[in-house]
Amino acid sequence: MDSIDNDIWQRLRLAELILLGGSAGSFGPIFRIVKALPASYSRSILIILHRGKNNFSEIENLFGSNCRISVSEVADKEKVLAANVYIAPANYHTLFETDKTFALDVSEQVWYSKPSIDVTFQSASDVYGDKCVAVLFSGANKDGADGLLKLRSKGALTIAQELTDAEMPVMPKAAIDINAAEFILTSDQILKLLCNSG
Amino acid sequence: MSNLVDDITPAQLDELIDLVKKIHGFDFTHYTKASLKRRLQRLMQVKKVNFWGLKHILINNVDFFQEFIDEVTVNVTEMFRDPSFYKALNTEVLPYLSTYQHINLWSAGCSSGEEAYSMAILLQHAGLKDKSFIYGTDINSVMLDQARKGIYSLRNIKSYCENYKQVGIPGTLTDHFTVMYDAATIHNELKKDILFSAHNLIADRVFNEFQIICCRNVFIYFDSILQDEILEVFYNSLCNLGFLCLGSKETIRSPYYKSKLRIINSKENIYQKIG
Repeated sequence: MDSIDNDIWQRLRLAELILLGGSAGSFGPIFRIVKALPASYSRSILIILHRGKNNFSEIENLFGSNCRISVSEVADKEKVLAANVYIAPANYHTLFETDKTFALDVSEQVWYSKPSIDVTFQSASDVYGDKCVAVLFSGANKDGADGLLKLRSKGALTIAQELTDAEMPVMPKAAIDINAAEFILTSDQILKLLCNSG
Repeated sequence: MSNLVDDITPAQLDELIDLVKKIHGFDFTHYTKASLKRRLQRLMQVKKVNFWGLKHILINNVDFFQEFIDEVTVNVTEMFRDPSFYKALNTEVLPYLSTYQHINLWSAGCSSGEEAYSMAILLQHAGLKDKSFIYGTDINSVMLDQARKGIYSLRNIKSYCENYKQVGIPGTLTDHFTVMYDAATIHNELKKDILFSAHNLIADRVFNEFQIICCRNVFIYFDSILQDEILEVFYNSLCNLGFLCLGSKETIRSPYYKSKLRIINSKENIYQKIG
């Protein structure tokens, strides 16, 4: 963490969008991070979690009633607003249009998943480029690695959860293996980083 | 699998849209660009061509265009996709429809026909199938052929079964199918009074009057200009007090049509034509 120099803080400050992606074992750390964000948090956050297709679970409500910033499910064609947490809906891929609005898509699953983290990360790399931070958390398949690499190639700040910290290391490991993660951090470090970036 | 193939730039995307419009008369201008780009990149991967290669076949091979349309449009569908929608239809809309002498239902953008057959099953359980006629339309010829056959792989049927269970109608989905080897064929009685036919929502107009129109997960691919044009076709196709059902993430944004369509169920996006 000490190695995170001024350059990183600078890039964090310039970021408009934070992407948090994960699968099995990622709900806990993501929930904890989003819960810890201050009410004054100014960036847009999109959470892409693998989940069952008819699973209108209480995820939105759970986040909503425990967080200090507004949490909602992504709505098609809606503008991506600052100081908002969005959750990618089940059974759709979430994409971005160039005018920074959400666009939903029902096409085939990627890595047996819809929402797929790869699909969202790749779309974000087109629209946000280096104005973006992406974190890949615990998970049991390789979704997200290619997308994270794409983001890194566009200058985005890319982070993978440290393998010993992840309940299911397959997902962050896939990203680390292809050099997609610029930083490898524990969920505590990620929490501090995001909370202190304002 | 996602693959890091050549990226189509926004300028190249516009160039392709323009080319398709000029040569083939099909206008993708008002499609959402993010999805279109993904589909084009996928097509380039399948065809093993780059951007210039794709341009070349689009210009020089006239027969390729139907394949282009079939690949670029999204055809993913399920039987009883969003069980809560079918539940709402069953309890909030079908009782109303039962008062009609005859029910015309339009499944617009029907793809491989799963939605049309789901409707047929729902209508059958409500005792309305005999006085109903279902039209399924799409621009994708390959998908329409599949829809006419009504044969689905068992792998898909398995997930459709779970949807069916959540709708809360009696029996199981497989009651309506004959299973053979690794596929399931929908019963002939359900295929009766269903017509699958080519129809382009953008270029073709009203072709019949309907008591109910379902167009689910099509609007997400269009911008608001195109959505409004298609809403006009739907509005003019509905009988007075007829129902329009959109996908669970598709709400009507146009102020004009908001005033013309009453919300029946805001979560499932079921509307009713008024005035």
